[in-house]
Amino acid sequence: MDTLTTTVDTSVETTIETTTYDLATTPLRELNSALHASGITGQYVVEHPAGAHNVAVGVDAPVTVTVNGHVGYYAAGMNQQADVTINGNAGPGLAENMMSGTVRVTGNASQSAGATGRGGLLVIEGDAAARCGISMKGIDIVVGGSIGHMSAFMAQAGRLVVRGDAGDALGDSIYEARIYLRGTAKSLGADCVEKEMGPEHLEELAGLLKAAGYEDDDPAAYTRYGSARTLYHFHVDNTY
Amino acid sequence: MTTGMTTPASWALRESATFDRATIAAIHQAAASGIYDIRGWGAKRALPHFDDLLFLGASMSRYPLEGYREKCGTDVVLGDRNARFPLHLDIPVTIAGMSFGALSGRAKEALGRAASEVGTSTTTGDGGMTPEERGHSKTLIYQYLPNRYGMNPDDLRRADAIEVVLGQGAKPGGGGMLLGQKVSERVAGMRTLPAGIDQRSSSRHPDWTGPDDLAIKIAEIREITDWEKPIYVKVGATRTYYDVKLAVHAGADVVVVDGMQGGTAATQEVFIEHVGIPTLAAVPLAVQALQELDVHKKPGGVQLIVSGGIRNGADVAKCLALGADAVAIGTAALIALGDNDPALAADYEALGSAAGFYDDFQDGRDPAGITTQDPELEARLDPVEGGRRVANFLRVLTMEAQTIARACGKAHVTHLEPEDLVAISIEAAAMAKVPLAGTSWIPGQGTS
Repeated sequence: MDTLTTTVDTSVETTIETTTYDLATTPLRELNSALHASGITGQYVVEHPAGAHNVAVGVDAPVTVTVNGHVGYYAAGMNQQADVTINGNAGPGLAENMMSGTVRVTGNASQSAGATGRGGLLVIEGDAAARCGISMKGIDIVVGGSIGHMSAFMAQAGRLVVRGDAGDALGDSIYEARIYLRGTAKSLGADCVEKEMGPEHLEELAGLLKAAGYEDDDPAAYTRYGSARTLYHFHVDNTY
Repeated sequence: MTTGMTTPASWALRESATFDRATIAAIHQAAASGIYDIRGWGAKRALPHFDDLLFLGASMSRYPLEGYREKCGTDVVLGDRNARFPLHLDIPVTIAGMSFGALSGRAKEALGRAASEVGTSTTTGDGGMTPEERGHSKTLIYQYLPNRYGMNPDDLRRADAIEVVLGQGAKPGGGGMLLGQKVSERVAGMRTLPAGIDQRSSSRHPDWTGPDDLAIKIAEIREITDWEKPIYVKVGATRTYYDVKLAVHAGADVVVVDGMQGGTAATQEVFIEHVGIPTLAAVPLAVQALQELDVHKKPGGVQLIVSGGIRNGADVAKCLALGADAVAIGTAALIALGDNDPALAADYEALGSAAGFYDDFQDGRDPAGITTQDPELEARLDPVEGGRRVANFLRVLTMEAQTIARACGKAHVTHLEPEDLVAISIEAAAMAKVPLAGTSWIPGQGTS
């Protein structure tokens, strides 16, 4: 713990304790262990992540975590309650199985961002690679740029908002998740179809855009995609 | 003696060995429905199995232990390589992963009660962890599956160990299925799916694709659970030697190898019968991999759990002798609960099946109340009585394994070794890598 520096952030009226971890000198275990301590609050800052994997995973506390730099796999994995900001790019499995809270990446995200996420809001300001939102189960994902192929594969629930374009096979075998895409999809996956934008969808989308910081976007410029529900039962015309 | 015979054979009719009645029925079914057969249970074809091995009991050259007097230990420690809290089980027989959804809540509760009563572990499945199961299971292994149905960090922390599932013996390379009849409101809610749909599970994990990724995934799970719990990796038996080596390199504390006789709740018949290798063939491959990595049967090593067709204490003892640290039972546990009970013959016949043949676990109409989500059928299973039956069965398996171990002069069931075994078929000798009985010949290895 001798490498841990604790400072007091005086830039806000209410004093919030800020704890800084420098991963250049502090083991990851020490950071995650501290973030798992019961009853923690306040702000945590992580410096020099240098692409480390598993940064701030399994956090279940109303804390703010700011990571200054690029992270590897599974950053903010299974997050609960915490608001995590990564000032950089993120590797595969960003915020996988996230339950609640907010995770924001200012750069790009690699494959499987938000995989199997169940709740909370994931914002990727740049692009997201393949399989963004794969098997999502209730999470909301807003991508500032474009997403790669097979995104929202087997997506069960939640909303995926994309301000750019989508790669091949968008929403393949999708269940009840909803996709809002402003650009174009290279192709749609099996059982994924364009759907009508009703007032409730425009309202829902406007709320998501606002929550992600893109309130100036026109929801009407987006197209909604979802399941045609033709693969929900095995029969002769379905190929598996 | 032949008076009154009315069978086709008695009329001098000859059945084709290639197109037998089951094959003809399968072709008719495919032609009529246009969909392949989906069923439960495991491989039904005859395979080289533990019955093809025999023990060399002690005589002049070995001393036996006194059957009812001398201690023969059965306890095992699993996951002492990295975890702060390894598992200490009283017996080397565990309950394999079976989902709530595939099984009724009462069946899961009964398995938990049984495992707790005899000091062993039980395992969740493809549908997440239920409060009943957690509540009745002293030691509960939480499966981490490709679809992640019901997966959440709270349950991860509530588990005693975590099993990363890459596949199962009944369908290595295939994802799970749960047909709509069993996707009740509760099951659907736990899986975040619409009720009543035919649910498919993914065959690959969504956020990692190979052993290098798996190493990071295992590290993530360890970080989330603060390095408290053993991490298992489960594979269906195929390229077992390589899979086990890669699992160890990825950081597994325990490797679970499930042979092709391992059961399923719903899988394509063609998958069950034609993909994977027999349990007997898989065990020596797994052991060889662990030995070469110097982690076999060592403190702080990697333990091996074997499943797939374990039916009695002889199977348990043979698995241990070949090098497993423990075994897991699934189908046998369901039978102990009352599956395929002849007392239900009329019910099975009403479903177009018969006691001893019933494998339509996918249909959800199980008269024994085990593989169903129908409240009326489920109510037929008393979880307390069911738990008692399975606990009894686990005790018998253990006592039978002890009987054999004592006869071979072993003070602990895990002291059994390949040297205690011979094979009675060339195939079994080659697979198990033990000599053909009466010879020193191990096919494929030359003579010694």
